[in-house]
Amino acid sequence: MGILNYTDAHHEFRERLRLFLEKEVTPNADQWEKDHIVPKSAWKKIGAAGFLCPWVGKAYGGPGLDFLYSVITTEEMMKTRQTGLVTMLHCDIVVPYIDSFGSEEIKQKYLPGCVSGDVITAVAMTEPGAGSDVASMETTAVEDGDEIVINGSKTFISNGINCDIVIIAAKDPAVENKHTAVSLYIVDDGTPGFTRGRHLEKMGMHSQDTAELFFSDCRIPKTNILGKKGDGFMMLMQKLQQERLMSAIGNVAASELILEKSVAFAKETEINGKPMSKLQSIKFTLAEMATDVKMNRIFLDNLIMGHMAGEHVIAETMMSKYASSEMVNLMVDRALDLFGEHGTLEDNLLVRDFRDLRIVTIFAGTTEIMKTIIAQSMGL
Amino acid sequence: MFELSKPQKEIQKAARDFAKGEFDKEIAYELEIKQAFPKKIWQKAADLGFLGIHYPESCSGGGMGVLENVLITETFCRSDSSIGSALVQATSASECILRFGGEELKNRYLPRLAEGEILSGRALTETQRGEDYLNIQTTAEKRGSTWVINGTKRYVENGGDPDTGLYIVLCRTSSDESSPEGGLSLFLVEADRPGLTTESVGKKLGNNLTATARLTLNEVEVPIENLLGDEGNGYACLEQYFVESRILAAAKAVGNAAGSLDRALEYIKGREQFGKKIAEFQVSQHKIADMATKVELARLVTHKAAWYFDQGKPDSTLSSMAKLTAGRAAMEVGAQAIQLFGGYGYMTEYDVERYYRDAKVIELQEGIKDVQKDIIARNVIGKIR
Repeated sequence: MGILNYTDAHHEFRERLRLFLEKEVTPNADQWEKDHIVPKSAWKKIGAAGFLCPWVGKAYGGPGLDFLYSVITTEEMMKTRQTGLVTMLHCDIVVPYIDSFGSEEIKQKYLPGCVSGDVITAVAMTEPGAGSDVASMETTAVEDGDEIVINGSKTFISNGINCDIVIIAAKDPAVENKHTAVSLYIVDDGTPGFTRGRHLEKMGMHSQDTAELFFSDCRIPKTNILGKKGDGFMMLMQKLQQERLMSAIGNVAASELILEKSVAFAKETEINGKPMSKLQSIKFTLAEMATDVKMNRIFLDNLIMGHMAGEHVIAETMMSKYASSEMVNLMVDRALDLFGEHGTLEDNLLVRDFRDLRIVTIFAGTTEIMKTIIAQSMGL
Repeated sequence: MFELSKPQKEIQKAARDFAKGEFDKEIAYELEIKQAFPKKIWQKAADLGFLGIHYPESCSGGGMGVLENVLITETFCRSDSSIGSALVQATSASECILRFGGEELKNRYLPRLAEGEILSGRALTETQRGEDYLNIQTTAEKRGSTWVINGTKRYVENGGDPDTGLYIVLCRTSSDESSPEGGLSLFLVEADRPGLTTESVGKKLGNNLTATARLTLNEVEVPIENLLGDEGNGYACLEQYFVESRILAAAKAVGNAAGSLDRALEYIKGREQFGKKIAEFQVSQHKIADMATKVELARLVTHKAAWYFDQGKPDSTLSSMAKLTAGRAAMEVGAQAIQLFGGYGYMTEYDVERYYRDAKVIELQEGIKDVQKDIIARNVIGKIR
């Protein structure tokens, strides 16, 4: 009962991607988890194979394909047991800022590298004192002749170590209204005054390089601005919709994989001489899990259609992000219950899911922020 | 029983003071990376009499009950979930010696456990899920004045730790098909017996300060007196042991949940977003109300189960209810604590993430939820026909 219009070309892309990931990514996952980072060469390899930013237009080095290719990539990446080569963040969350708001010069300069994997991107919004409350950021951007001078610190930045460019949100201290004070800028790696802080140790997502970034009298050309000065907050809000949709796509795909593993385990395992799957409690548990996943899947696919058609689906996106992120945590929790003591050991790959997925109710907007926006949409 | 006695409150305070002075999240963090037992803290805890408080005084114990043991467990795990769990697990399954062992075995080993000289290991499970006790394949065969044991055990607590001095091993002593429950027996096997080898399972989801191993017993000989309880009575002993061990597991979970709540409370009173403390948002307040309620309910049923045990009325229904309720409370309170911390909750710097990982391990040990529900249902429903 799939409702998305996948063509043969989409299926062929998925198959090609799957083979690539099975050969070039999944076998490295354990090493990357140990290293707490992915080598930059992995980005170049996946870029060279044609799987980065498939939506970028031909004028900028991309094949100009539709959003379903991003959906496919996000789903297939969930099978790779690693979170460092995070194509969803680069391709579908950060690079769209450059494409939508960058000047022609900026687009020519960066987009081809984003497609080839030579330019790894990050977006820096969160600060030590500004998490859910994005507007209270304190990083400043002050004009000085042809340059912008940036000062401040950002935290929890994914791709923080590997990034070649970072899109930073900073405010003009002269503007009082905090919603119109924020602008977005591109800062290149190696710009004097831009340094990395700690490579942060997290509960999970160990192959993902999450870091603090510091800006101290960091000077960038004025032309590195994205969009108009003062439009930063509006641009963030506009792009957060796709960010949250991507998050929901990842959550539903992860849930489907967890369900698949749980069903397989229940079929192949015996308790006191009987297959586990014959126990009524196990059957019902799996039936409940399957129902949750399917309901989320249908809602999500419908939402993807709306998103692709350019419909106004903000509240629905928040609903999907909220529901799927809570669901996937419940899924992995229940799956570990099926495994019993085996659910405590690192060699059970669901243990990695348990650690990795705990963040999804927090990042890209917490469940509380999602509910706030949903309530607003109802005029509350 | 709604108020602890004065001596019980004193024990609680002593445990709190000890934990405050000795436990440290940096130490826990380093030990988790190294997967090392908190040896120094363990020996100090033993010196101060926190280990084996439920053993008789003649065995270097405190001569007290399960409730006192629960109070120490809860307090330790609240102060630091991983260090606390490790200290509780130092005497893993030693209750099998205490409750079923002969006088000589008790006098030989309980003092060494209480004094922090050795750790004990628990070697019961063989299957992947860890509950299939009727299908035990490890055998013990009587040859003259010794028992000869062969088999492999999974998820052996303290397995392979250099300080582990003995293991409690569940074996099949007869293959009577008509009564699988009757063919099992429990043994004490010293760790240095020839033929006993361990293989670490490596890193775990949580509870990483204690070793877990696969234990292989190849023609391991133990003397006749190492049999715990009567021959063929192992399953009954095990069921009795679980009534006590599940109360302790519940106490770990209560401590874990209370510890997550403590940390979340401290954080939300300090952190501001949208111009207000997180604690000033009604939704945060209601989260805290739910969390505090869950901790209190878990504590009540756990204390009640311990109190009944100490009154000479061990109640498997209450023990399973305690394990079920407290395990869930630790998970739910832990998840909400991380949520209240936001992104910081996901960082190892704030230890709520470690509490949450430890909570899942506690929930999966000592019988998963379905096992507890099977027991509770059997007791509550009784005979159907």
